[in-house]
Amino acid sequence: MIETLRMYMQYDMVRNALIVGVLIALCSSLLGVTLVLKRFSYIGDGLSHVAFGAIAIAAVLHLSDDMVLVMPVTILCAVLLLRTGQKTRIRGDAAIAMISVGALAVGYLLMNIFSASSNLSGDVCSTLFGSASILTLTKAEVWLSIILSVVVVVIFLLFYNRIFAVTFDENFARAAGTKVEAYNLLIAVVIAVIIVLAMNLVGSLLISALVIFPAMSAMRLFRSFRAVTIASAVLSVFCALMGILVAILADTPVGSTIVGMDILAFLICLGTARLQGRTSK
Amino acid sequence: MALLTCKDLVLGYDGHPVLSGISFEVCAGDYLCIVGENGSGKTTLMKTILGLQKPLAGKITFGDGLKQNEIGYLPQQTDVQRDFPATVREIVLSGCQGRMGRRPFYNREDKKTAAQNMERLDLSALAGRCYRELSGGQQQRVLLARALCATQKLIVLDEPVSGLDPHVTSEMYGLIRNLNREDGITVMMISHDITAALQEATHILHVGEELFFGTKADYLASPLAARFLALKGGEPV
Ligand SMILES: Nc1ncnc2c1ncn2[C@@H]1O[C@H](COP(=O)(O)OP(=O)(O)OP(=O)(O)O)[C@@H](O)[C@H]1O
Ligand SMILES: [Mg+2]
Repeated sequence: MIETLRMYMQYDMVRNALIVGVLIALCSSLLGVTLVLKRFSYIGDGLSHVAFGAIAIAAVLHLSDDMVLVMPVTILCAVLLLRTGQKTRIRGDAAIAMISVGALAVGYLLMNIFSASSNLSGDVCSTLFGSASILTLTKAEVWLSIILSVVVVVIFLLFYNRIFAVTFDENFARAAGTKVEAYNLLIAVVIAVIIVLAMNLVGSLLISALVIFPAMSAMRLFRSFRAVTIASAVLSVFCALMGILVAILADTPVGSTIVGMDILAFLICLGTARLQGRTSK
Repeated sequence: MALLTCKDLVLGYDGHPVLSGISFEVCAGDYLCIVGENGSGKTTLMKTILGLQKPLAGKITFGDGLKQNEIGYLPQQTDVQRDFPATVREIVLSGCQGRMGRRPFYNREDKKTAAQNMERLDLSALAGRCYRELSGGQQQRVLLARALCATQKLIVLDEPVSGLDPHVTSEMYGLIRNLNREDGITVMMISHDITAALQEATHILHVGEELFFGTKADYLASPLAARFLALKGGEPV
């Protein structure tokens, strides 16, 4: 098996997939805790469907580089969803459901009407579930992913304390003069960037899993914000690595294999937490 | 000059007033209790003073070098906090965020302030513990320590003892009293417990259909207080 792995490692394609996969997994886990705790996870879910719709439109327009369209559209929707979500919770939820399901439907419709591809359901499936697109990244896509990931990580590190404050208690932060709206906006934009990046890795339906599972796992085991953040980053990267390697060796779909690893890790963390609880009592 | 002066405030949401004609002032060293029925607008008043929402009319002025973002605030708890993975130290330290300015990280001074306030409220032993695993009383002390990190002058407390048992409640009142008398921190407290409010406060602000602002003695002499006390079953002190 080691031999097979070594052989695969000689391919640029595989190495790129590993680098990009690890970076995306790292980014998506960083904001996971914030998203879960702020009840923002629904925004992530909605956005991933929007990104799907945008990809469909890009395909119809025959854009060679669909990022040009997908990134701005997703960011714009993130900002809009955040705005409506803040005004009234209930109508915000409905707005998100409408936008996300609408984007899915229109996306699929467009692909159906305009697609020249002979394998339409294959195309749709790979956009939704990621399939092998991580293994077919172009040089430009690899670099874009690396640069955006580094930007996300740097932003997260610089604003770590503010993100903590805004997540823990918005009103207190606002009273202390922290620009809560600006940070919420920042968080929404970063989520949008992460989602577009992660489309390549796991496809649009599975992105939420990549964001939420590591955070939930880490929250079972650790008690400080810092430990939870670090643990979810480590877990996410580990699961992504394992998932990609297993997918290559066993020839399974990359996205679902990674998410499978995340689920496994969650179950292990859940079990460990139960055991700890029992022994400490 | 007063720390805080409110003049003819009208408070409300989306243009609909819930409370109007509020005028009062808070001077350094005062202990002001805000009392009134449920839904009379006490929390709304706090939020307006903190700048979380705008008054519909009227004016709030800060004096004595107090800035709006230098008020320590102890809110009514929200659900998010209940399952939040954060240690006592992390939460208390976040009280220093107002002083960070453009700095991205807390400096040594901030960490010292946090440590001092944990010491002051007897939290040092709990510094590494997870907030969600603390008792209600301990959680309130953590939030109070955080509020103290944000201010040297004025803390505003929104029902700091709700849900606490009588023993812990009197401990909490004791802590607040010490902060007021010994450390010279001005206190504004919303309270449902009229008896305690009358024991602890120097001034009373009564909000609702009828308004009152003045010293405790004046309040006790007023017909409003007599009616409110009878309603609440509190005893005049
Ligand atoms: N976000 C909001 N939007 C619209 N109306 C609100 C909002 N929050 C509170 N209100 C209304 O404003 C009024 C005053 O509410 P507030 O929370 O200030 O009362 P309170 O005096 O703090 O009550 P309690 O003693 O129960 O804490 C209530 O009638 C309430 O329904
Ligand atoms: Mg209230």
